[in-house]
Amino acid sequence: MAAEQRIEPKKKPKRQKMNKRQKKEALWGLLFVSPFIIGFLAFMLLPMAFSFIGSFTNYNITSRMDFIGFENFTRMFTNDQLFLTSLYNTVFYVVLNVPLTTAGGVFLAVLLNRKIRGISIFRTIFYLPAILSGVAVYVLWMQLLSPSSGLINTVLSWVGIAGPSWLFDPNWTKPALILMRLWSVGGAMLLYLATLQNVPIQLYESAEVDGAGPFKKLRHITLPLITPIIFYDVITSTIGAFQIFQEAYVMTENGTGGPANSLLFYNLHMWNKAFVAFDMGYAMAMSLVLFAIVIVLTFINLKLAPRWVHY
Amino acid sequence: MIESSKTDYSQKNMSSESNAQSKYFKSKKRQEQLGKIAIYVILILVSLILLAPLVWMLSTSLKPMSEIVRFPPTILPETFVWQNYLDTIQAFPFFKYMGNTLFITGFVVLGNVFSNSFIAYGFAKIEFPGKKILFALVLATMMVPGFVTMIPQYILFTRINWVGTYLPLIVPAFFGSAFNIFLLRQFYLSINNELIEAAQIDGANHLYIWSHLMVPLTKPALITVGIMSFNGAWNDFLGPLLYISKEDMYTLQIGLQSFSNQSTTQWNYLMAGATLVLIPSILLFFFAQKYFIEGMDLTGGTKG
Repeated sequence: MAAEQRIEPKKKPKRQKMNKRQKKEALWGLLFVSPFIIGFLAFMLLPMAFSFIGSFTNYNITSRMDFIGFENFTRMFTNDQLFLTSLYNTVFYVVLNVPLTTAGGVFLAVLLNRKIRGISIFRTIFYLPAILSGVAVYVLWMQLLSPSSGLINTVLSWVGIAGPSWLFDPNWTKPALILMRLWSVGGAMLLYLATLQNVPIQLYESAEVDGAGPFKKLRHITLPLITPIIFYDVITSTIGAFQIFQEAYVMTENGTGGPANSLLFYNLHMWNKAFVAFDMGYAMAMSLVLFAIVIVLTFINLKLAPRWVHY
Repeated sequence: MIESSKTDYSQKNMSSESNAQSKYFKSKKRQEQLGKIAIYVILILVSLILLAPLVWMLSTSLKPMSEIVRFPPTILPETFVWQNYLDTIQAFPFFKYMGNTLFITGFVVLGNVFSNSFIAYGFAKIEFPGKKILFALVLATMMVPGFVTMIPQYILFTRINWVGTYLPLIVPAFFGSAFNIFLLRQFYLSINNELIEAAQIDGANHLYIWSHLMVPLTKPALITVGIMSFNGAWNDFLGPLLYISKEDMYTLQIGLQSFSNQSTTQWNYLMAGATLVLIPSILLFFFAQKYFIEGMDLTGGTKG
C-alpha cells in the first residue's frame, strides 16, 4: 500500500506535454539561441574534442598522426626542460601579479570612493590606461623600461637610484611586466567602485560615532563588503594571468623568451611548439594540461571562498 | 517643536560648558580639512603617475633622436620634430594597415552587436526546455582559456582553407560571445514583459518584437557592446598574428610589431607609431566613457 503510494506521483508526468503555443514558443527560443549553439559546436566543442584526441598523438598538421599514448604528457615533465621553465615563470608571474593587481584595484577604488569636487576627472584618469591594450602599449613600455633612455630609470636617477636594466636582466623581466600590468588596474577598480558606492553611508557614520578611524573603517566595513568582488577578481585575474602571452611575445622579439628564458611563459612555449616546431600533438597536450591547471585553481578558489568571502 | 528644543539645549550646552568642546570641534574640522587636502595630494600624485607614460610617449614621439639619447633626458622636447610622424606613416605604412584593421573591426562590431543581441533575447524573454542548462553552458565557456581552443581552431581553419584570409577573425563574431550574451541578457531582464505580451496580442512574432521593440530599447547596451568590441578588435594581436601572413594584409597591431622589430631603439618613430595606434581608443574613451563604465557596472553589479 505504502509502496504504491510512493510510486504513484512518479508515474504522473512531471512536465505536462507542451501545448501547441508552447511548442511554437520553444521553437522560437531555439531559433534565437541557435547561433550560440552552432558557434559552440563549431568553434569550441569540436576543436576541444579534436584537441583531446590529438593530445595522444604525434600530429604535425601535414603528414603524421599516430597514437602514442601518454608520451606527450610524460615528455613534458621528464624530457622538456623548457616546459618546466615556462611553468615556473608563469606560476611566478601569477603569484606576484594577482595579489598586486587586486590590491591596486582596491586601493584606487577606496581612494575614489568619496564625494569631493573633481572626483569624476580622477576616475577618468585612473580608468584610461585600462582601456589601452595591444602592441602600442607594449612598445610604449619597452621605451619606459629602457635602461638608459627610459622614463622609469630617469625618474629613479632623480632620487639617486641606479635602476635595473629591466627587460635585459633576467631577474627584472617579470617584475617589469607586472609594473606594466599595474598601470591598467583601472578595470578592476571600476568593479570595486560600483560596489562601494552602494554601501550605505550610515554604516560609516555609525562606525565613526563608535570612534573608528579610517583604517578601522577600511578593515571592518569596506573590505568585508567587497570580498565577493575581490573573489571574482581573483578568479578571473588568475585565469587571465595564467594565459600571459602577447606582452612576452612582443617584448622578446617574436617570442624567443627573453634573457635566460625568463619571459618564456607557458603559452609562449606552447605557441613555439605548435606554430614554430609544428609539434601540434605535444602543444595540444600542453593546452589540456593548462586547462586542467585552470580548473584546479578555480576549484581551489571556490573551496577557499567561504573562509573569507562575506555574502 | 522638538527640534527647536534640541537646538536650545545644545546652545545652552555650548555656552554653559567650558569651551573645551568647541575646541574639540574646531580641531576635528581642521583634521577633516587636512584629511581632504591629503586625499587631493594622493589623487593628484596617482594621476600624475598614471598619465606620465602617455605624456612621455607623446613627448618622445616629437623629439629628435639626439635628444632622446641625451642624459639626463629632457621631459618635454626642446625642438618639436613633427616630421617624425610623417616618416612613421610612410615607413609603417600606416594608412594601409589602418584600412585593413577598420575592415575587420567593422565586421566584428557588426557581428557582435547583431548576434549577441539576438541570442540574449532568446535567453531572456523566451521559454524553452533546456534553457537553464544552455545558459549555464554560456557561462562555462567564459572559463575556458582561449589558448585551449586556439590550436585545434587553427587546424580547423587550415582544413577549410581560411588561413591567410580575414574569415577566422570575422566569422566567429557572428556566433555570439559569452560575456556579451551575459551582459545583454541582464539588460533585457530589466525590461518589463508586459510590453512583449501586448505586442504578441497584437499578433507580432518574436522576430518582429526583437527587431522593432527590443533593439531600440536596448540601444545603450548595444552601443556598449559595440564600443567594447571595437576596442577589442582594434587591439587584437593574437588573431592576425596567427592567421595573416601576407604583408599587405597586415593590421595595425601586426604592422606596429614588425615595425618595432625593424627599428629597435628608434624611439621617436616607435612612439609616434604607438601614439597613432592608440589615438582612436583614447578618443573613443573620452567621447563614450559612459558606455565603457556602464559595461563594467552592468557585469560588476551582478557578479560575485
